[in-house]
Amino acid sequence: MRYFLRRLMEAAFLLIGVSILTFLFSTLAPGNYFDEMRLNPQISSETVAALRAQYQLDRPLPVRYVRWVSSLLHGEMGFSFAYNSPVAPLLWVRARNTLLLTLTATFIAWALALPLGVWSAATLHRLPDRSLSWATAALLAIPDLVLALGLLILAVRSGWFPTGGMVSLGSERLTPLQQTRDIALHMELPVVALVLSLLPTLVRHVRGAVADVLHTPFLRAAASHGIPRHTLLYRYALRAAANPLISLFGFSVGALLSGSLLVEVVMSWPGLGPLLLEAILARDLYTVIGGVLCSTIFLIGGNFLADVLLYWADPRIRTAASAQ
Amino acid sequence: MIHLRGWKRWLIVLIALHGTIACAGFLAPYDPAEQDRERPYSPPMRIHLVDSQQRFHLRPFFYAQRLRPGSFDQFEESIDQRIPLHFFVTGARYHLLGFAPSRIHLFGAEGSRIYLLGSDGYGRDQFSRILYGGQISLLAGLFGAALTMFLGVLIGAAAGYYGGWRDALLMRVAELFVALPWLYLLFALRAFLPLAVSPVQAFFLITLVIGAVGWARPARLVRGVVLSARERDFVRAARGFGATDGYLLRRHILPETASVILTQAAILVPQFVLAEMTLSFLGLGVPEPVPSWGNLLASLQQYSVLVSYWWMYIPALAIVPFFLGYLGFASALQQDLGTEKIETASGESRW
Repeated sequence: MRYFLRRLMEAAFLLIGVSILTFLFSTLAPGNYFDEMRLNPQISSETVAALRAQYQLDRPLPVRYVRWVSSLLHGEMGFSFAYNSPVAPLLWVRARNTLLLTLTATFIAWALALPLGVWSAATLHRLPDRSLSWATAALLAIPDLVLALGLLILAVRSGWFPTGGMVSLGSERLTPLQQTRDIALHMELPVVALVLSLLPTLVRHVRGAVADVLHTPFLRAAASHGIPRHTLLYRYALRAAANPLISLFGFSVGALLSGSLLVEVVMSWPGLGPLLLEAILARDLYTVIGGVLCSTIFLIGGNFLADVLLYWADPRIRTAASAQ
Repeated sequence: MIHLRGWKRWLIVLIALHGTIACAGFLAPYDPAEQDRERPYSPPMRIHLVDSQQRFHLRPFFYAQRLRPGSFDQFEESIDQRIPLHFFVTGARYHLLGFAPSRIHLFGAEGSRIYLLGSDGYGRDQFSRILYGGQISLLAGLFGAALTMFLGVLIGAAAGYYGGWRDALLMRVAELFVALPWLYLLFALRAFLPLAVSPVQAFFLITLVIGAVGWARPARLVRGVVLSARERDFVRAARGFGATDGYLLRRHILPETASVILTQAAILVPQFVLAEMTLSFLGLGVPEPVPSWGNLLASLQQYSVLVSYWWMYIPALAIVPFFLGYLGFASALQQDLGTEKIETASGESRW
């Protein structure tokens, strides 16, 4: 329990650190949302000043930070100038879509990477391993942006996938089941892009981790006892190799979020990515801060999950934690 | 991984690739900003040796394009208008490698502009723009990587050499930077810098931003090497003879980190080129009319372009050989100079 409490404390410090950093950067920013209005001859400079005062943009930084924290505690996370609404509800809808996309992609990517990596390790330096290595190398050499745009062009020209957005026109008239199907269809393309960008690294790591344990004495002993190959690989080897892979899962959350940001913008999936991009272009200060913070929360969540899994999978960590 | 004998081969490949981009002015038939509003979105032209009457011509030629009857944006080859290709022609002024003024281009044609890879919405030649755009993107990547390596070595060496609370503090911050998603980090930094700037300012701005984001990983690796090098016998001996910290670092410790630095740089450059592409693609990087591999792709965000003009995707493919080259170079370096430490580091490089 103490182990998790300490992790939570660390997470809290990380969040506070990131929020202070983003606030500090925001003071470096030349110009704000209302500068555009200043150029408009129909809006007087008094109005702009009043608006600035209303949103507290003329106050010193510590005051704004404290106000923001208090609004965070009220569940608002500041105020979006562009959307003329509190930030939190805006973020919530978008974050849900991003989560839907990234969780599905993570699940599929791992479900593919585990068998492929184990197969590769079991046939080390033979034909299946070699061809898989070439395939992953080729995928690694194609950057995310190139891959996502290529898939989009393929989809548009072939008409195999619906492109753009998350739902079809008039989907609110459909039954819940049809709506789910509609969303699933729209998800295909972004999920394929994300899975393809995650897969090569995952397969390589699974291959490496499993190949490392295949030579250990306990696995040789198990093999000589006549335990079936399939059981040997998946029950014994994979479990012994789980430790670095779970850490990898924690690491990969950051990459997944970056990848998702790009894919969302390219395929116009209404997640955090497009929101953040629009907010940056509009100088919508609190939405940017909220979006960055939201990604940090996802990151912490992913790492926390990895910690829990490690605790569950690795008795050494359990004993070390309880010995403290 | 991709195995070829030795990193030297990959280095030659990389030099050839970069040389091509460096000589953009000579290889590109036109100035990247030169427009032809009469011919927006004309498709890539085919170079022929055999004409429509099955006659063979020694000099390569292409057919002029005309609007397909009944359409207003579809071009087709008009086989009655044969335009021969000329080599070493005089054209737009440029500066070879940035200093030697010249007007000689590798190829060109009279009478009609030639679009090897098609033209964009303003009738600008994509082939020329890809070559010139590569200069911007690659320079951003190279400068960014240099800045990152400088920061990484500085911080890593300080943390490893001095140890104690400085080490703890610096490595904590480094962990934060490694953990945060890099694209969000880039966005966060970019969000608070001016948006409307001239292309030159934008170039330096995003190079700075990209370079400032990635220092943590090289810093951690350099720290590890410095930490072990500090305790080596010859370093202790030198210290016993009264060598100063600066001398020790410069003369004995930092040379030990050379292979780590080289490998890390080879891993970082293509990622930073990609970072520039991503920012420019999203409209946060180098703005029009200056071409970069990123903003050449920006028009793909319009659905109509996506549907009708597939050749606007070609610029995306320009980075792939560079990615392959650097990937091969880095893995060959690891094999030749290899320590296990570097091996694990690069395995995580995508994260």
